[in-house]
Amino acid sequence: MSTDTQERTSPGRSNSVIKDGGEFDTSDTIIQLRDLNIHYGSFHAVADVSLDVPRNRITAFIGPSGCGKSTVLRCINRMNDLVPSARVDGSIVYSGVEINTPKVDPVEVRRRIGMVFQKPNPFPKSIYENVAWGAKINGYRGDMDEHVERCLRQAALWDEVKDKLKESGMALSGGQQQRLCIARALATEPDVILLDEPASALDPISTLKIEELLRELEANYTIVIVTHNMQQAARVSDQTVFYSLNERRQGVLVESGTTAKIFTNPDDQRTEDYITGRFG
Amino acid sequence: MSATTDAQSLEPAAVRRRWRPRIDGRKRTSNWLSRVFFLATVSAVALLVLLLGVLFYRGWDWLSLDLLTQQYSRNAEGSGFQAAILGSIWLVAGAGILSFVIGVGTAIFLEEYAPRGPLTNFLQTNISNLSGVPSVVYGLLGLALFVEFMNIGRVLLAGALTMGLLILPIVIIASQEAIRNVPLGLRQAAYGVGATRWQVVRHHVLPAAMPGILTGTILAVSRAIGETAPLIVVGASAIIFRNPSGFFSDYTAMPVQIYQWTARPQEEFKDLAAAAIIVLMIVLLSMNGIAIYLRQRLGKDRW
Repeated sequence: MSTDTQERTSPGRSNSVIKDGGEFDTSDTIIQLRDLNIHYGSFHAVADVSLDVPRNRITAFIGPSGCGKSTVLRCINRMNDLVPSARVDGSIVYSGVEINTPKVDPVEVRRRIGMVFQKPNPFPKSIYENVAWGAKINGYRGDMDEHVERCLRQAALWDEVKDKLKESGMALSGGQQQRLCIARALATEPDVILLDEPASALDPISTLKIEELLRELEANYTIVIVTHNMQQAARVSDQTVFYSLNERRQGVLVESGTTAKIFTNPDDQRTEDYITGRFG
Repeated sequence: MSATTDAQSLEPAAVRRRWRPRIDGRKRTSNWLSRVFFLATVSAVALLVLLLGVLFYRGWDWLSLDLLTQQYSRNAEGSGFQAAILGSIWLVAGAGILSFVIGVGTAIFLEEYAPRGPLTNFLQTNISNLSGVPSVVYGLLGLALFVEFMNIGRVLLAGALTMGLLILPIVIIASQEAIRNVPLGLRQAAYGVGATRWQVVRHHVLPAAMPGILTGTILAVSRAIGETAPLIVVGASAIIFRNPSGFFSDYTAMPVQIYQWTARPQEEFKDLAAAAIIVLMIVLLSMNGIAIYLRQRLGKDRW
């Protein structure tokens, strides 16, 4: 799997950046959300979310259905721009640049912050084209064959598809399709990959493969994953963010911290109730 | 609690007392209605069969290659309508290209670019209304706009443009439907790798919607091929002895010729018209066949 670590530097997995009290060192933050409020028409869906996403770490969003975790995730690469009634207020700073402003083109944001969706959605094209398309439209100038192979290897799919690159991506199994979607996201060389419940439509074996893959990708990418599965969050993430609904049915961020802390010693009673299965 | 059950019921007596299932009555209604619906189907098909029967009875003896190879003649015997067949093909080609280009463009704009709002709703409503306007009104529009105002004259181009306008709303609506049916996931995937709106439309939405768009266009065009009224208004000739030589020549079309023949007093011309209708129907059916083939063929590898 070490075919390509490119010139990116891995911070390693040392705990030195984790301060006492289960927080990450804010000097290594890649994405900063401040006072995020999201409306759909007159519906106030998410209220006052502030969060730091640490670089080259896996952050998991957990919480009950309808609490706004996917909505927040989709703000990070401006996917909510595609929903006509959506309005996103607040600040999203990515690598020191405010991106939640009309001055920043969402097309550029999405190249740097890739996304993998809940339902595997490969293009109805060949496996090769699925990976190459994103690179091609963004003007990739290197050797495309090499690039496609590199992305497929990084997504741990190369060995399974190397003899059928010309076949349709739709012909793969669900788990393979989802890894193809990850390869497709890697093809634009993003810094950050957002995953919206990537394993919820997959069987346990495929789910495990995706989780292992995320651990490998962590060295080179920052990963934010929404999951309904708390064991998955516990297994795969470094930071866990718990969302819930307040009394006005708005999604709020209850608590965030290192996964170890959230799952063993959360500060908030609601977090504890949720992870111990007493609620949600 | 006794475990005894009525011999004829699956439920214990205590439960049964609270229900009145009327199974026989419900089944009777269901059976009776299924007969009504079957009858409706039979009468629809019967009418069609009757129509075809009369056509073939009257037209069969007149069905000959002369129809395809000969031109209009004073005698029914040996008379054909090659100029009308070619005229219809020219008309349909022109109308099809015009309505496809403008129609698909409009559909893309309305579905992918236009912001949702009162103006878009207004446009949408008007397009739907236009598809219900009687075709003779389009003929009058064509006469005023193309023949007179733009001074094209009573030539094939004016007929093709009028036919194009006539089927434009149908093409727009069919294309919108096809574009709307492209799954959101496909669009999101494309936007997610940093594609612009046009790249998403060009590489994903249009290819996925194309079978539906083509089917809609062909069905619209096959409606145009049977239209008579607007062509008469914009000046298709009923009596013509030459094949059309291009968009600026005199022309006639199959339904116009058929109409002219049925209006003649001699019986044999009416039979000749029946034979011509059979030819027209064969053309129509093959166009529908192409539409079905395209839908199956292009729709194979999809989400």
